[in-house]
Amino acid sequence: MEQRSTRIALAAWTTLVVLFLWIPLALIMVYAFNKSNVQSWPIAGFTTHWFHVAWTSSDVRGALWLSVRVALIATTAAILLGSAAAFAVARFAFFGRDAVSFLFILPIALPGIVTGMALNSFFIAGHIDANMWTIVIGHATFCIVIVYNNVLARLRRSSPSLIEASQDLGADGLQTFRFVIWPVLSTALVAGGLLAFALSFDEVVVTFFTAGAQNTLPLLIFGYIRLGQQLPVVNAIAFAMIVVTVIPVALAQRLMRDTGVLRRGAAATLAAK
Amino acid sequence: MATGLDSAEGLSRRRPGRPVRAARLRLSGLFWRHPWAKALLLLAPPLLAFGLVYLAALVALFVSSFWTVNPFTTEIEHVWTLSNYRTLWDAGAYHQIAYRTIGIAAVVTVTDAILAFPLGYFMARIAGGRSRAFVFVAVLLPLWSSYLIRVYIWRLILDNDGVLNWSLRKVGLPAANIGYSNWAVWLVFTYVWLPFMILPVYGALERIPESFVEASRDLGASAFTTFRRVILPLALPGVVAGSIFTFSLTLGDYVTPLLAGGASSQFIGNVVYDSVGVSNNVPFAAAFAAIPLVVMAVYLLIARKLGAFEAL
Repeated sequence: MEQRSTRIALAAWTTLVVLFLWIPLALIMVYAFNKSNVQSWPIAGFTTHWFHVAWTSSDVRGALWLSVRVALIATTAAILLGSAAAFAVARFAFFGRDAVSFLFILPIALPGIVTGMALNSFFIAGHIDANMWTIVIGHATFCIVIVYNNVLARLRRSSPSLIEASQDLGADGLQTFRFVIWPVLSTALVAGGLLAFALSFDEVVVTFFTAGAQNTLPLLIFGYIRLGQQLPVVNAIAFAMIVVTVIPVALAQRLMRDTGVLRRGAAATLAAK
Repeated sequence: MATGLDSAEGLSRRRPGRPVRAARLRLSGLFWRHPWAKALLLLAPPLLAFGLVYLAALVALFVSSFWTVNPFTTEIEHVWTLSNYRTLWDAGAYHQIAYRTIGIAAVVTVTDAILAFPLGYFMARIAGGRSRAFVFVAVLLPLWSSYLIRVYIWRLILDNDGVLNWSLRKVGLPAANIGYSNWAVWLVFTYVWLPFMILPVYGALERIPESFVEASRDLGASAFTTFRRVILPLALPGVVAGSIFTFSLTLGDYVTPLLAGGASSQFIGNVVYDSVGVSNNVPFAAAFAAIPLVVMAVYLLIARKLGAFEAL
Protein backbone atom coordinates (compact mmCIF):
# COMPACT_ATOMS: atom_id res chain seq x y z
CA MET A 1 0.00 0.00 0.00
CA GLU A 2 1.16 3.48 -0.80
CA GLN A 3 2.22 5.86 1.92
CA ARG A 4 -0.35 8.20 3.38
CA SER A 5 1.28 11.30 1.90
CA THR A 6 1.32 9.71 -1.57
CA ARG A 7 -2.33 8.82 -1.27
CA ILE A 8 -3.29 12.34 -0.26
CA ALA A 9 -1.21 13.86 -3.06
CA LEU A 10 -2.83 11.58 -5.63
CA ALA A 11 -6.31 12.34 -4.33
CA ALA A 12 -5.58 16.07 -4.52
CA TRP A 13 -4.27 15.71 -8.08
CA THR A 14 -7.39 13.77 -9.09
CA THR A 15 -9.63 16.43 -7.57
CA LEU A 16 -7.82 19.18 -9.47
CA VAL A 17 -8.02 17.34 -12.80
CA VAL A 18 -11.74 16.62 -12.34
CA LEU A 19 -12.29 20.31 -11.53
CA PHE A 20 -10.32 21.24 -14.65
CA LEU A 21 -12.69 19.03 -16.65
CA TRP A 22 -15.88 20.36 -15.08
CA ILE A 23 -15.43 24.08 -14.34
CA PRO A 24 -15.67 25.03 -18.05
CA LEU A 25 -18.83 22.94 -18.43
CA ALA A 26 -20.34 24.63 -15.38
CA LEU A 27 -19.42 28.05 -16.81
CA ILE A 28 -21.16 27.48 -20.13
CA MET A 29 -24.27 26.52 -18.19
CA VAL A 30 -24.12 29.94 -16.51
CA TYR A 31 -23.47 31.80 -19.76
CA ALA A 32 -26.67 30.32 -21.21
CA PHE A 33 -28.62 32.63 -18.89
CA ASN A 34 -26.60 35.74 -19.78
CA LYS A 35 -28.86 38.74 -20.31
CA SER A 36 -26.35 40.62 -22.46
CA ASN A 37 -25.22 40.02 -26.03
CA VAL A 38 -21.67 40.61 -24.86
CA GLN A 39 -20.05 37.45 -23.52
CA SER A 40 -17.97 38.88 -20.69
CA TRP A 41 -17.59 37.73 -17.09
CA PRO A 42 -19.41 38.11 -14.77
CA ILE A 43 -22.61 37.86 -16.79
CA ALA A 44 -24.77 40.98 -16.98
CA GLY A 45 -27.98 39.53 -15.63
CA PHE A 46 -30.29 36.55 -15.65
CA THR A 47 -32.70 35.64 -18.45
CA THR A 48 -34.17 32.57 -20.08
CA HIS A 49 -34.94 34.56 -23.21
CA TRP A 50 -32.26 32.92 -25.38
CA PHE A 51 -33.72 29.46 -24.92
CA HIS A 52 -36.90 30.76 -26.49
CA VAL A 53 -34.94 32.36 -29.36
CA ALA A 54 -32.99 29.15 -29.98
CA TRP A 55 -36.07 26.95 -29.82
CA THR A 56 -38.08 29.07 -32.28
CA SER A 57 -35.24 29.64 -34.76
CA SER A 58 -36.01 27.85 -38.02
CA ASP A 59 -32.27 27.48 -38.78
CA VAL A 60 -31.69 25.73 -35.47
CA ARG A 61 -34.74 23.51 -35.91
CA GLY A 62 -33.74 22.52 -39.45
CA ALA A 63 -30.20 21.68 -38.36
CA LEU A 64 -31.43 19.77 -35.33
CA TRP A 65 -33.82 17.70 -37.44
CA LEU A 66 -31.08 16.87 -39.96
CA SER A 67 -28.69 15.88 -37.15
CA VAL A 68 -31.29 13.60 -35.60
CA ARG A 69 -32.09 11.89 -38.90
CA VAL A 70 -28.42 11.41 -39.78
CA ALA A 71 -27.61 10.06 -36.32
CA LEU A 72 -30.54 7.63 -36.40
CA ILE A 73 -29.66 6.19 -39.81
CA ALA A 74 -25.92 6.05 -39.12
CA THR A 75 -26.54 4.36 -35.77
CA THR A 76 -28.83 1.75 -37.35
CA ALA A 77 -26.23 0.95 -40.00
CA ALA A 78 -23.51 0.82 -37.36
CA ILE A 79 -25.53 -1.58 -35.18
CA LEU A 80 -26.16 -3.99 -38.06
CA LEU A 81 -22.66 -3.96 -39.54
CA GLY A 82 -20.76 -3.57 -36.27
CA SER A 83 -22.47 -6.43 -34.48
CA ALA A 84 -22.18 -8.74 -37.50
CA ALA A 85 -18.44 -8.07 -37.59
CA ALA A 86 -18.16 -8.53 -33.82
CA PHE A 87 -19.89 -11.93 -34.05
CA ALA A 88 -17.52 -13.11 -36.76
CA VAL A 89 -14.43 -11.92 -34.93
CA ALA A 90 -15.53 -13.26 -31.53
CA ARG A 91 -16.67 -16.70 -32.69
CA PHE A 92 -14.31 -17.64 -35.47
CA ALA A 93 -10.56 -17.77 -35.76
CA PHE A 94 -9.62 -16.95 -39.32
CA PHE A 95 -6.68 -15.70 -41.26
CA GLY A 96 -6.47 -11.91 -41.08
CA ARG A 97 -8.67 -11.55 -38.03
CA ASP A 98 -6.36 -8.99 -36.44
CA ALA A 99 -6.32 -7.08 -39.71
CA VAL A 100 -10.11 -6.85 -39.62
CA SER A 101 -10.03 -5.44 -36.09
CA PHE A 102 -7.37 -2.98 -37.14
CA LEU A 103 -9.37 -1.94 -40.18
CA PHE A 104 -12.44 -1.01 -38.16
CA ILE A 105 -10.39 1.14 -35.80
CA LEU A 106 -8.84 3.12 -38.66
CA PRO A 107 -11.58 5.76 -39.10
CA ILE A 108 -11.17 6.88 -35.50
CA ALA A 109 -7.42 6.25 -35.22
CA LEU A 110 -6.61 8.31 -38.30
CA PRO A 111 -6.76 12.11 -38.00
CA GLY A 112 -10.15 13.68 -38.73
CA ILE A 113 -9.00 15.61 -41.78
CA VAL A 114 -7.61 12.41 -43.32
CA THR A 115 -10.96 10.64 -43.01
CA GLY A 116 -12.80 13.79 -44.08
CA MET A 117 -10.57 14.52 -47.07
CA ALA A 118 -10.59 10.86 -48.12
CA LEU A 119 -14.39 10.78 -48.20
CA ASN A 120 -14.47 14.16 -49.93
CA SER A 121 -12.10 12.99 -52.70
CA PHE A 122 -14.05 9.76 -52.96
CA PHE A 123 -17.38 11.51 -53.48
CA ILE A 124 -15.87 13.95 -55.97
CA ALA A 125 -14.14 11.16 -57.90
CA GLY A 126 -17.44 9.26 -57.99
CA HIS A 127 -19.36 12.38 -59.05
CA ILE A 128 -21.59 12.05 -56.00
CA ASP A 129 -23.05 15.36 -54.87
CA ALA A 130 -23.00 16.00 -51.16
CA ASN A 131 -26.37 15.37 -49.53
CA MET A 132 -27.75 13.85 -46.37
CA TRP A 133 -26.60 10.38 -47.43
CA THR A 134 -22.98 11.39 -47.87
CA ILE A 135 -23.06 12.66 -44.27
CA VAL A 136 -24.64 9.37 -43.16
CA ILE A 137 -21.96 7.32 -44.93
CA GLY A 138 -19.22 9.33 -43.26
CA HIS A 139 -20.77 8.97 -39.82
CA ALA A 140 -21.51 5.27 -40.23
CA THR A 141 -17.85 4.49 -41.00
CA PHE A 142 -16.69 5.74 -37.61
CA CYS A 143 -19.79 4.66 -35.64
CA ILE A 144 -19.31 1.00 -36.62
CA VAL A 145 -16.26 0.65 -34.41
CA ILE A 146 -18.16 1.75 -31.28
CA VAL A 147 -20.86 -0.87 -31.66
CA TYR A 148 -18.20 -3.38 -32.74
CA ASN A 149 -16.11 -2.78 -29.61
CA ASN A 150 -19.08 -2.90 -27.25
CA VAL A 151 -20.53 -6.07 -28.71
CA LEU A 152 -17.14 -7.76 -29.01
CA ALA A 153 -16.35 -7.04 -25.35
CA ARG A 154 -19.68 -8.59 -24.34
CA LEU A 155 -19.31 -11.66 -26.55
CA ARG A 156 -15.82 -12.36 -25.25
CA ARG A 157 -17.27 -12.47 -21.74
CA SER A 158 -20.07 -14.86 -22.60
CA SER A 159 -19.27 -18.53 -22.96
CA PRO A 160 -19.67 -20.19 -26.39
CA SER A 161 -20.78 -23.36 -24.59
CA LEU A 162 -24.12 -21.65 -23.88
CA ILE A 163 -24.81 -21.66 -27.59
CA GLU A 164 -23.70 -25.27 -27.96
CA ALA A 165 -25.97 -26.24 -25.07
CA SER A 166 -28.90 -24.49 -26.71
CA GLN A 167 -28.27 -26.32 -29.96
CA ASP A 168 -27.86 -29.66 -28.22
CA LEU A 169 -31.28 -29.10 -26.66
CA GLY A 170 -32.75 -28.77 -30.11
CA ALA A 171 -33.06 -25.05 -30.64
CA ASP A 172 -32.54 -23.76 -34.14
CA GLY A 173 -30.41 -20.69 -34.95
CA LEU A 174 -33.23 -18.21 -34.54
CA GLN A 175 -34.31 -19.64 -31.19
CA THR A 176 -30.75 -19.70 -29.95
CA PHE A 177 -30.42 -16.07 -30.93
CA ARG A 178 -33.73 -15.09 -29.37
CA PHE A 179 -33.38 -16.94 -26.05
CA VAL A 180 -29.64 -17.28 -25.47
CA ILE A 181 -27.66 -14.65 -27.36
CA TRP A 182 -30.09 -11.73 -27.25
CA PRO A 183 -30.44 -11.56 -23.44
CA VAL A 184 -26.64 -11.46 -23.13
CA LEU A 185 -26.22 -9.00 -25.93
CA SER A 186 -29.11 -6.56 -25.76
CA THR A 187 -27.68 -4.13 -23.22
CA ALA A 188 -24.33 -4.00 -25.04
CA LEU A 189 -26.16 -3.23 -28.28
CA VAL A 190 -28.22 -0.49 -26.69
CA ALA A 191 -25.15 1.00 -25.02
CA GLY A 192 -23.16 0.87 -28.27
CA GLY A 193 -26.09 2.37 -30.15
CA LEU A 194 -26.46 5.23 -27.68
CA LEU A 195 -22.78 6.06 -27.86
CA ALA A 196 -22.79 5.84 -31.66
CA PHE A 197 -25.76 8.20 -31.72
CA ALA A 198 -24.01 10.66 -29.41
CA LEU A 199 -20.88 10.57 -31.56
CA SER A 200 -22.74 11.12 -34.82
CA PHE A 201 -24.85 13.88 -33.30
CA ASP A 202 -21.73 15.75 -32.19
CA GLU A 203 -19.34 15.23 -35.11
CA VAL A 204 -18.07 18.30 -36.94
CA VAL A 205 -14.52 17.74 -38.29
CA VAL A 206 -15.41 15.01 -40.81
CA THR A 207 -18.95 16.26 -41.42
CA PHE A 208 -17.73 19.48 -43.00
CA PHE A 209 -16.11 17.47 -45.79
CA THR A 210 -19.17 15.32 -46.46
CA ALA A 211 -21.95 17.91 -46.15
CA GLY A 212 -23.03 20.15 -48.98
CA ALA A 213 -25.11 23.24 -48.41
CA GLN A 214 -27.09 21.77 -45.54
CA ASN A 215 -26.13 22.24 -41.91
CA THR A 216 -26.10 19.69 -39.14
CA LEU A 217 -26.45 21.22 -35.70
CA PRO A 218 -22.67 21.20 -34.98
CA LEU A 219 -21.96 22.72 -38.40
CA LEU A 220 -24.50 25.46 -37.72
CA ILE A 221 -22.98 26.21 -34.31
CA PHE A 222 -19.48 26.15 -35.79
CA GLY A 223 -20.57 28.76 -38.34
CA TYR A 224 -22.14 30.94 -35.65
CA ILE A 225 -19.04 30.83 -33.44
CA ARG A 226 -16.62 31.44 -36.30
CA LEU A 227 -18.51 34.51 -37.48
CA GLY A 228 -19.31 35.68 -33.95
CA GLN A 229 -23.03 35.64 -34.70
CA GLN A 230 -25.89 34.52 -32.47
CA LEU A 231 -23.57 33.74 -29.55
CA PRO A 232 -26.38 33.90 -26.95
CA VAL A 233 -28.24 31.28 -29.00
CA VAL A 234 -25.06 29.17 -29.10
CA ASN A 235 -24.88 29.37 -25.30
CA ALA A 236 -28.46 28.22 -24.95
CA ILE A 237 -27.89 25.31 -27.36
CA ALA A 238 -24.69 24.43 -25.48
CA PHE A 239 -26.66 24.19 -22.25
CA ALA A 240 -29.24 21.94 -23.88
CA MET A 241 -26.62 19.75 -25.56
CA ILE A 242 -24.69 19.15 -22.34
CA VAL A 243 -27.86 18.23 -20.49
CA VAL A 244 -29.04 16.00 -23.34
CA THR A 245 -25.74 14.12 -23.75
CA VAL A 246 -25.62 13.38 -20.04
CA ILE A 247 -28.73 11.20 -20.38
CA PRO A 248 -27.67 8.68 -23.07
CA VAL A 249 -24.13 8.44 -21.69
CA ALA A 250 -25.28 7.86 -18.13
CA LEU A 251 -27.75 5.31 -19.45
CA ALA A 252 -25.12 3.54 -21.57
CA GLN A 253 -22.81 3.48 -18.60
CA ARG A 254 -25.49 1.86 -16.41
CA LEU A 255 -26.27 -0.72 -19.07
CA MET A 256 -22.65 -1.76 -19.37
CA ARG A 257 -22.22 -1.90 -15.61
CA ASP A 258 -25.13 -4.28 -15.07
CA THR A 259 -23.12 -7.18 -16.36
CA GLY A 260 -19.79 -6.02 -15.02
CA VAL A 261 -18.43 -5.33 -18.47
CA LEU A 262 -17.73 -1.73 -17.71
CA ARG A 263 -14.47 -2.04 -15.87
CA ARG A 264 -12.72 -4.08 -18.49
CA GLY A 265 -14.70 -2.65 -21.35
CA ALA A 266 -14.00 0.89 -20.25
CA ALA A 267 -11.16 1.38 -22.65
CA ALA A 268 -13.09 -0.42 -25.36
CA THR A 269 -16.05 1.88 -24.92
CA LEU A 270 -13.67 4.70 -25.27
CA ALA A 271 -12.33 3.68 -28.66
CA ALA A 272 -15.14 5.90 -29.54
CA LYS A 273 -14.12 9.07 -31.19
CA MET B 1 -25.99 -34.35 -35.50
CA ALA B 2 -28.70 -36.83 -36.47
CA THR B 3 -29.77 -37.28 -32.85
CA GLY B 4 -29.98 -33.53 -32.46
CA LEU B 5 -32.32 -33.33 -35.43
CA ASP B 6 -34.44 -36.21 -34.13
CA SER B 7 -35.05 -34.65 -30.77
CA ALA B 8 -35.80 -31.33 -32.45
CA GLU B 9 -38.35 -33.07 -34.68
CA GLY B 10 -40.00 -34.37 -31.54
CA LEU B 11 -40.12 -30.89 -30.11
CA SER B 12 -41.67 -29.38 -33.19
CA ARG B 13 -44.33 -32.06 -33.53
CA ARG B 14 -46.55 -30.19 -31.13
CA ARG B 15 -46.39 -26.98 -33.13
CA PRO B 16 -47.74 -25.75 -36.42
CA GLY B 17 -45.38 -24.58 -39.16
CA ARG B 18 -43.34 -27.77 -39.20
CA PRO B 19 -41.81 -27.38 -42.67
CA VAL B 20 -40.56 -23.90 -41.82
CA ARG B 21 -39.04 -25.10 -38.63
CA ALA B 22 -37.46 -28.09 -40.30
CA ALA B 23 -35.92 -25.79 -42.84
CA ARG B 24 -34.62 -23.52 -40.09
CA LEU B 25 -33.14 -26.50 -38.30
CA ARG B 26 -31.49 -27.72 -41.47
CA LEU B 27 -29.99 -24.28 -41.96
CA SER B 28 -28.74 -24.20 -38.36
CA GLY B 29 -27.24 -27.63 -38.86
CA LEU B 30 -25.58 -26.48 -42.02
CA PHE B 31 -24.00 -23.50 -40.26
CA TRP B 32 -22.91 -25.75 -37.42
CA ARG B 33 -21.15 -28.15 -39.78
CA HIS B 34 -19.72 -25.34 -41.89
CA PRO B 35 -18.79 -22.51 -39.55
CA TRP B 36 -16.95 -20.94 -42.45
CA ALA B 37 -20.23 -20.21 -44.20
CA LYS B 38 -21.52 -18.38 -41.16
CA ALA B 39 -18.32 -16.43 -40.64
CA LEU B 40 -18.36 -15.39 -44.27
CA LEU B 41 -22.01 -14.40 -44.15
CA LEU B 42 -21.41 -12.28 -41.04
CA LEU B 43 -18.21 -10.68 -42.23
CA ALA B 44 -19.10 -9.99 -45.84
CA PRO B 45 -21.53 -7.06 -45.36
CA PRO B 46 -19.38 -4.99 -42.97
CA LEU B 47 -16.19 -5.74 -44.88
CA LEU B 48 -17.77 -4.94 -48.22
CA ALA B 49 -19.28 -1.71 -46.93
CA PHE B 50 -15.97 -0.78 -45.39
CA GLY B 51 -13.90 -1.71 -48.41
CA LEU B 52 -16.21 0.00 -50.88
CA VAL B 53 -16.36 3.21 -48.91
CA TYR B 54 -13.50 3.70 -46.51
CA LEU B 55 -10.62 1.93 -48.22
CA ALA B 56 -11.77 3.23 -51.59
CA ALA B 57 -11.87 6.70 -50.06
CA LEU B 58 -8.29 6.40 -48.81
CA VAL B 59 -7.24 5.32 -52.30
CA ALA B 60 -9.17 8.25 -53.78
CA LEU B 61 -7.36 10.58 -51.39
CA PHE B 62 -4.01 9.23 -52.49
CA VAL B 63 -4.83 9.33 -56.20
CA SER B 64 -6.40 12.77 -56.25
CA SER B 65 -3.36 14.22 -54.46
CA PHE B 66 -1.54 13.72 -57.79
CA TRP B 67 -4.12 15.67 -59.77
CA THR B 68 -4.34 19.43 -60.17
CA VAL B 69 -6.95 22.12 -60.51
CA ASN B 70 -7.07 24.25 -63.61
CA PRO B 71 -6.70 27.81 -62.27
CA PHE B 72 -9.03 29.25 -64.92
CA THR B 73 -11.89 26.76 -65.04
CA THR B 74 -11.41 25.45 -61.43
CA GLU B 75 -12.10 22.00 -62.86
CA ILE B 76 -10.01 19.08 -61.60
CA GLU B 77 -7.55 17.89 -64.26
CA HIS B 78 -6.94 14.17 -64.12
CA VAL B 79 -3.30 14.34 -65.12
CA TRP B 80 -0.66 12.70 -62.93
CA THR B 81 1.73 15.27 -61.57
CA LEU B 82 3.80 15.86 -58.47
CA SER B 83 3.10 19.59 -58.49
CA ASN B 84 1.05 19.57 -55.25
CA TYR B 85 3.85 17.83 -53.40
CA ARG B 86 6.39 20.17 -55.00
CA THR B 87 4.43 23.17 -53.73
CA LEU B 88 4.43 21.69 -50.24
CA TRP B 89 8.13 20.91 -50.46
CA ASP B 90 9.15 24.33 -51.77
CA ALA B 91 7.10 26.67 -49.60
CA GLY B 92 8.65 27.24 -46.18
CA ALA B 93 5.29 28.36 -44.79
CA TYR B 94 3.88 24.85 -45.24
CA HIS B 95 6.89 23.31 -43.48
CA GLN B 96 6.27 25.61 -40.56
CA ILE B 97 2.59 24.66 -40.45
CA ALA B 98 3.46 20.96 -40.53
CA TYR B 99 6.06 21.33 -37.74
CA ARG B 100 3.62 23.37 -35.65
CA THR B 101 0.88 20.76 -36.08
CA ILE B 102 3.09 17.80 -35.20
CA GLY B 103 4.86 19.72 -32.41
CA ILE B 104 1.69 20.85 -30.66
CA ALA B 105 0.19 17.37 -31.09
CA ALA B 106 3.24 15.92 -29.33
CA VAL B 107 3.19 18.49 -26.51
CA VAL B 108 -0.55 18.01 -25.97
CA THR B 109 0.00 14.24 -25.77
CA VAL B 110 2.73 14.59 -23.16
CA THR B 111 0.69 17.08 -21.12
CA ASP B 112 -2.33 14.79 -21.14
CA ALA B 113 -0.22 11.80 -20.12
CA ILE B 114 1.19 13.79 -17.17
CA LEU B 115 -2.28 14.90 -16.08
CA ALA B 116 -3.84 11.48 -16.61
CA PHE B 117 -1.33 9.10 -15.02
CA PRO B 118 -1.69 10.10 -11.34
CA LEU B 119 -5.46 10.23 -11.77
CA GLY B 120 -5.56 6.78 -13.36
CA TYR B 121 -3.29 5.50 -10.59
CA PHE B 122 -5.57 6.94 -7.93
CA MET B 123 -8.65 5.41 -9.58
CA ALA B 124 -7.11 1.98 -10.11
CA ARG B 125 -5.14 1.46 -6.92
CA ILE B 126 -6.27 3.82 -4.18
CA ALA B 127 -9.87 4.92 -4.57
CA GLY B 128 -12.66 2.85 -3.06
CA GLY B 129 -15.54 1.56 -5.16
CA ARG B 130 -17.74 4.61 -4.81
CA SER B 131 -15.19 7.32 -5.42
CA ARG B 132 -13.79 5.29 -8.32
CA ALA B 133 -17.23 5.14 -9.93
CA PHE B 134 -17.69 8.86 -9.31
CA VAL B 135 -14.39 9.82 -10.93
CA PHE B 136 -15.09 7.44 -13.80
CA VAL B 137 -18.38 9.13 -14.63
CA ALA B 138 -16.83 12.56 -14.09
CA VAL B 139 -14.28 11.70 -16.79
CA LEU B 140 -16.70 9.91 -19.11
CA LEU B 141 -19.33 12.64 -19.34
CA PRO B 142 -17.02 15.41 -20.65
CA LEU B 143 -15.67 12.91 -23.19
CA TRP B 144 -19.13 12.55 -24.67
CA SER B 145 -20.43 16.08 -24.30
CA SER B 146 -20.17 18.27 -27.37
CA TYR B 147 -16.62 18.76 -28.59
CA LEU B 148 -17.47 22.06 -30.28
CA ILE B 149 -19.02 23.48 -27.12
CA ARG B 150 -16.01 22.49 -25.05
CA VAL B 151 -13.73 24.36 -27.46
CA TYR B 152 -16.05 27.35 -27.57
CA ILE B 153 -16.26 27.76 -23.80
CA TRP B 154 -12.49 28.34 -23.65
CA ARG B 155 -12.92 31.27 -26.02
CA LEU B 156 -15.13 32.86 -23.39
CA ILE B 157 -12.82 31.91 -20.51
CA LEU B 158 -9.59 33.15 -22.11
CA ASP B 159 -11.10 36.29 -23.61
CA ASN B 160 -9.75 39.61 -22.30
CA ASP B 161 -13.03 40.10 -20.41
CA GLY B 162 -13.29 36.43 -19.56
CA VAL B 163 -13.26 34.38 -16.38
CA LEU B 164 -9.49 33.89 -16.33
CA ASN B 165 -8.54 37.55 -16.33
CA TRP B 166 -11.38 38.33 -13.93
CA SER B 167 -10.07 35.72 -11.47
CA LEU B 168 -6.49 36.90 -11.83
CA ARG B 169 -7.58 40.46 -11.15
CA LYS B 170 -9.47 39.32 -8.04
CA VAL B 171 -6.34 37.83 -6.52
CA GLY B 172 -4.26 40.84 -7.59
CA LEU B 173 -2.32 39.28 -10.47
CA PRO B 174 -1.79 40.88 -13.89
CA ALA B 175 -4.05 39.83 -16.77
CA ALA B 176 -2.85 36.78 -18.73
CA ASN B 177 -4.29 37.58 -22.17
CA ILE B 178 -3.43 34.22 -23.69
CA GLY B 179 -6.60 34.04 -25.78
CA TYR B 180 -6.15 33.53 -29.54
CA SER B 181 -2.56 32.29 -29.26
CA ASN B 182 -0.71 28.98 -29.54
CA TRP B 183 -0.87 28.76 -25.73
CA ALA B 184 -4.64 28.76 -26.01
CA VAL B 185 -4.50 26.07 -28.71
CA TRP B 186 -2.31 23.90 -26.47
CA LEU B 187 -4.56 24.41 -23.46
CA VAL B 188 -7.80 23.71 -25.32
CA PHE B 189 -6.47 20.59 -27.03
CA THR B 190 -5.16 19.33 -23.69
CA TYR B 191 -8.60 19.93 -22.20
CA VAL B 192 -10.74 18.32 -24.89
CA TRP B 193 -8.65 15.16 -25.36
CA LEU B 194 -7.78 14.53 -21.69
CA PRO B 195 -10.52 11.89 -21.12
CA PHE B 196 -9.18 9.92 -24.11
CA MET B 197 -5.89 9.55 -22.24
CA ILE B 198 -7.35 8.91 -18.79
CA LEU B 199 -9.53 5.92 -19.70
CA PRO B 200 -6.90 3.63 -21.30
CA VAL B 201 -4.28 4.61 -18.68
CA TYR B 202 -6.72 3.71 -15.93
CA GLY B 203 -7.64 0.50 -17.76
CA ALA B 204 -4.01 -0.59 -18.00
CA LEU B 205 -3.25 0.26 -14.36
CA GLU B 206 -6.35 -1.54 -13.21
CA ARG B 207 -5.32 -4.76 -14.97
CA ILE B 208 -2.03 -5.01 -13.07
CA PRO B 209 -2.45 -7.88 -10.57
CA GLU B 210 -1.88 -6.89 -6.97
CA SER B 211 0.25 -10.02 -6.54
CA PHE B 212 2.88 -8.59 -8.92
CA VAL B 213 3.27 -5.57 -6.68
CA GLU B 214 3.38 -7.73 -3.56
CA ALA B 215 5.97 -10.04 -5.10
CA SER B 216 8.14 -7.09 -5.96
CA ARG B 217 7.92 -5.73 -2.40
CA ASP B 218 8.55 -9.21 -0.91
CA LEU B 219 11.71 -9.46 -2.96
CA GLY B 220 12.92 -6.29 -1.29
CA ALA B 221 12.21 -3.63 -3.89
CA SER B 222 11.40 -0.18 -2.57
CA ALA B 223 8.08 1.44 -3.43
CA PHE B 224 9.80 3.57 -6.02
CA THR B 225 11.61 0.64 -7.62
CA THR B 226 8.35 -1.32 -7.73
CA PHE B 227 6.73 1.60 -9.46
CA ARG B 228 9.56 2.01 -11.94
CA ARG B 229 10.22 -1.66 -12.70
CA VAL B 230 6.77 -3.25 -12.36
CA ILE B 231 3.92 -0.76 -12.60
CA LEU B 232 5.29 1.65 -15.18
CA PRO B 233 6.21 -0.97 -17.83
CA LEU B 234 2.82 -2.67 -17.44
CA ALA B 235 0.98 0.65 -17.69
CA LEU B 236 2.91 1.81 -20.74
CA PRO B 237 0.63 0.15 -23.34
CA GLY B 238 -2.27 2.11 -21.85
CA VAL B 239 -0.38 5.40 -22.14
CA VAL B 240 0.52 4.60 -25.75
CA ALA B 241 -3.09 3.64 -26.50
CA GLY B 242 -4.26 6.97 -25.11
CA SER B 243 -1.56 8.80 -27.03
CA ILE B 244 -2.90 7.38 -30.30
CA PHE B 245 -6.08 9.34 -29.67
CA THR B 246 -4.60 12.56 -28.29
CA PHE B 247 -1.92 12.69 -30.99
CA SER B 248 -4.14 11.71 -33.90
CA LEU B 249 -7.07 13.89 -32.91
CA THR B 250 -4.81 16.94 -32.54
CA LEU B 251 -3.08 16.17 -35.82
CA GLY B 252 -6.36 16.06 -37.70
CA ASP B 253 -8.16 19.03 -36.20
CA TYR B 254 -8.89 22.48 -37.59
CA VAL B 255 -11.71 23.60 -35.31
CA THR B 256 -9.61 24.36 -32.22
CA PRO B 257 -6.84 26.29 -34.07
CA LEU B 258 -9.53 28.27 -35.88
CA LEU B 259 -11.63 29.08 -32.81
CA ALA B 260 -9.05 29.26 -30.03
CA GLY B 261 -5.90 30.16 -31.95
CA GLY B 262 -4.68 33.34 -33.56
CA ALA B 263 -3.15 34.40 -36.86
CA SER B 264 -0.06 32.24 -36.32
CA SER B 265 -1.91 29.11 -35.17
CA GLN B 266 -2.62 27.56 -38.56
CA PHE B 267 -2.62 23.76 -38.56
CA ILE B 268 -2.43 21.33 -41.49
CA GLY B 269 -6.17 20.92 -40.98
CA ASN B 270 -6.79 24.63 -41.51
CA VAL B 271 -4.96 24.64 -44.83
CA VAL B 272 -6.95 21.59 -45.90
CA TYR B 273 -10.19 23.18 -44.68
CA ASP B 274 -9.49 26.40 -46.59
CA SER B 275 -8.40 24.55 -49.72
CA VAL B 276 -11.71 22.70 -49.80
CA GLY B 277 -14.04 25.37 -48.45
CA VAL B 278 -12.53 28.55 -49.88
CA SER B 279 -10.21 27.97 -52.84
CA ASN B 280 -11.86 24.73 -53.94
CA ASN B 281 -8.51 23.02 -54.55
CA VAL B 282 -9.26 19.45 -53.51
CA PRO B 283 -6.09 17.86 -54.98
CA PHE B 284 -3.84 20.18 -52.99
CA ALA B 285 -5.87 19.54 -49.84
CA ALA B 286 -5.54 15.79 -50.46
CA ALA B 287 -1.76 16.12 -50.81
CA PHE B 288 -1.44 18.03 -47.53
CA ALA B 289 -3.75 15.56 -45.76
CA ALA B 290 -1.38 12.79 -46.85
CA ILE B 291 1.20 14.12 -44.37
CA PRO B 292 -0.79 13.37 -41.17
CA LEU B 293 -1.78 10.07 -42.78
CA VAL B 294 1.87 9.04 -43.14
CA VAL B 295 2.78 10.34 -39.67
CA MET B 296 -0.09 8.39 -38.12
CA ALA B 297 0.75 5.23 -40.08
CA VAL B 298 4.27 5.29 -38.61
CA TYR B 299 2.88 6.08 -35.16
CA LEU B 300 0.41 3.18 -35.31
CA LEU B 301 3.15 0.76 -36.33
CA ILE B 302 5.26 1.81 -33.34
CA ALA B 303 2.22 1.68 -31.05
CA ARG B 304 1.50 -1.84 -32.21
CA LYS B 305 5.04 -2.90 -31.34
CA LEU B 306 4.56 -1.46 -27.85
CA GLY B 307 1.42 -3.55 -27.34
CA ALA B 308 -0.96 -0.59 -27.32
CA PHE B 309 -3.64 -2.32 -29.37
CA GLU B 310 -4.44 -4.75 -26.60
CA ALA B 311 -4.98 -1.76 -24.30
CA LEU B 312 -7.26 0.13 -26.66
